[in-house]
Amino acid sequence: MSLGSIFDIAGSGMTAQSLRLNTTASNIANAETASSSTETTYRARKPVFAAIQQSLLNPDSQGLAFTGEQGPGAGVRVEGIVESQADLQMRYQPEHPAANEDGYVFYPNVNVVEEMADMMSSSRSYQMNVDIMNTAKSMMQRILTLGQQ
Amino acid sequence: MAISFDKALGIHQYALEARVKRAEVLANNMANADTPGFKARDVDFQAVMQRAQQAATGFEMARTNAGHMDTSSGAPDSELLYRTPHQPSVDGNTVDAQQEQTRFMRNAMDYQASFQFLNSKFSGLTKALKGE
Repeated sequence: MSLGSIFDIAGSGMTAQSLRLNTTASNIANAETASSSTETTYRARKPVFAAIQQSLLNPDSQGLAFTGEQGPGAGVRVEGIVESQADLQMRYQPEHPAANEDGYVFYPNVNVVEEMADMMSSSRSYQMNVDIMNTAKSMMQRILTLGQQ
Repeated sequence: MAISFDKALGIHQYALEARVKRAEVLANNMANADTPGFKARDVDFQAVMQRAQQAATGFEMARTNAGHMDTSSGAPDSELLYRTPHQPSVDGNTVDAQQEQTRFMRNAMDYQASFQFLNSKFSGLTKALKGE
């Protein structure tokens, strides 16, 4: 419980958001990656966020066991990255080198518009965490001047 | 006669501490702005200050064993409440980023105010010591 933990919290938020930005970049970069079978086609990747509970980090803190209540939390973590289960796009392109025997090519299930919206959302959230870190920094610098004339 | 810093500083030291705690909770809300199912929380500032005041007057029950229950107006985290969302979201997240940011800024301002009070307490003490 100190100003220092705000840096950890905002830092975890920044890490999570930049990972989200990474998956978005990967999805958009691979939006037109064609393949000849459904197994080898790229699928849109999405990170799954989960809150970090303080009681998990430090189980014997504050003895909250019998209230069932959890502490203020300690940021966010990326639980994993899942592949989208949406249908792949099947296009009839017999002249394509990757076309299968029926002349079909499979394209990833990446929705570029959705990815762009995701990108904006994550960059905004990233900025917000940077703002928090800046404020926490000025609060900390302020407390160091306590008692000075 | 020794100087009692606890008496000299009054409530401001606890207020500053409560502001820091609130800043942490709000920062956590914003870090989890995109976490599905996350419920935004906030500190009941009044409850924290009441607890601090009770502790300052010294009329609370002492806890001499870890198994003793905390009888002061609630458990350590009872002032940590859940926010009522203005509009529900599909993924169950109740963080409103703009509101949280506003509150965080406001909290930082209040922190500065508490700091100012605390600082002037110290400069008052210094003045008294110097006798100027």
